[in-house]
Amino acid sequence: MTKYFTEDHEWIVVNGNIATLGITDHAQSALGDVVYAEAPEVGRKLAKGAEAGVVESVKAASEVYSPVTGTVVKSNDKLADNPAIINEDPEGAGWFCEIELSNPAELEGLMDEAAYQAFVASH
Amino acid sequence: MTSPVTADGADAPPLKTPLYDAHVALGARMVPFAGYLMPVQYDGIIAEHNHTRAAAGLFDVSHMGQAWLIGPDHATTAGALEALIPADILNLAPGKQRYSQLLNDAGGILDDLMVSRPADPALDGRLFLVVNAACKDADYAHIAARLPAGVTLDILTDRALLALQGPKAADVMVRLGADVAAWDFMNAGPARLAGLDVHVSRSGYTGEDGYEISVANADVAALWAALLADADVKPIGLGARDSLRLEGGLCLYGHDIDTTTTPIEAGLIWSIQKRRREAGGFPGAAILQAQIRDGVARKRVGIRPEGKAPARDGTEILDAAGNAIGVITSGGFGPTVGGPVAMGYVTTAHAAAGTAVQLVVRGKSMPAEIVSLPFVPARFYRASK
Repeated sequence: MTKYFTEDHEWIVVNGNIATLGITDHAQSALGDVVYAEAPEVGRKLAKGAEAGVVESVKAASEVYSPVTGTVVKSNDKLADNPAIINEDPEGAGWFCEIELSNPAELEGLMDEAAYQAFVASH
Repeated sequence: MTSPVTADGADAPPLKTPLYDAHVALGARMVPFAGYLMPVQYDGIIAEHNHTRAAAGLFDVSHMGQAWLIGPDHATTAGALEALIPADILNLAPGKQRYSQLLNDAGGILDDLMVSRPADPALDGRLFLVVNAACKDADYAHIAARLPAGVTLDILTDRALLALQGPKAADVMVRLGADVAAWDFMNAGPARLAGLDVHVSRSGYTGEDGYEISVANADVAALWAALLADADVKPIGLGARDSLRLEGGLCLYGHDIDTTTTPIEAGLIWSIQKRRREAGGFPGAAILQAQIRDGVARKRVGIRPEGKAPARDGTEILDAAGNAIGVITSGGFGPTVGGPVAMGYVTTAHAAAGTAVQLVVRGKSMPAEIVSLPFVPARFYRASK
């Protein structure tokens, strides 16, 4: 099980050929109170960099991008009724979806936790 | 994810209010807004919003413009201002404040502002103006270029402005020594607060009871600290200021009103008193009088999305058949309402409360309903009632 991060503040945890996607703690902190979230429906095909969902704070709407190409195999249906779990547990219960990877080689371009923390510190 | 940009940027290096260091010390997230670095939130927008509705919220609004309009007597100064705005200032009583708009020749709104007349007879001939931060330089140039001989504009750069808003605001003011609890909504005048000389009006931008407090820059840090020392008071950022005013149905300049909207379309006819409606004598008067007489093609309305997704500024509004009928000008999440709320303009045929409409959010149609404003009833203090 390996965790990867993007410069757009998404994380994925890869287990076999399944990646769980969410937004980072840094991202939820920057957003503030999350009042709405939309996870992708099961079966949706996502291209790397394509919109996988939406997260909205009181002030602003942001798109969540998929760091990998694949098919959505599970969607977090708790987000619709309780979007605040993205603030409370962004890298746990606040996950968006599970994606079956089509191209695991894409993982090589992503950051590990140390690289991501260094990226956040320098931006 | 896309970065959550929360503020209007500016090209020039941002200015700071005298409370900048105090905001940073409180852990505020500072963002550029109208040319200033301002606190968008301290503890979180929803908590700050709810605190203001339940107790008292303290806002630094020192970025707003404060100025005196000074003439030889009230009639002269009022006349000079009435040539630029549609409110009745001539009959504004001493110690009272009025909301109005600077208009262009088409009746479009250049800015909205507060005008107060000093209670002190020694200050007869003076009017105190509070204008929006983003518009203040343009407002001052507009006003100064149109003043008759003998009337001058004195721009105050040595004054800060605080707002204390919420159901406990009056109690807090009294505890800090200001005898303003019995003041009626829109009363204005001098007061002593926390041992400091201030200028207070009973008004605000949240729909709650409350006060706006003008104070010397040199005194504002002490006043801020004294107010925050009260257990009922917490600092509130611009994020909650926006959600509070949106639930209150109050216009944000540059969004709900601008040069392309008139006060009649914006539903602000209540701010144009009868004498001015009839006699005119302000920019765009003939256009506004025709709109009052014949009606307007579009109106500002409240919009309640049915689902949970907020509909933001710029969202297209369709009728039930899918025809474009308007656009949202302010939209977001209303913490007191507990769901999305919005304001916008729709064609008059679709402006009645209860009309079903659709909002185009991220390419999808979302059902919504036209509702009357405000979303949260105003709790202004009316001593006479």
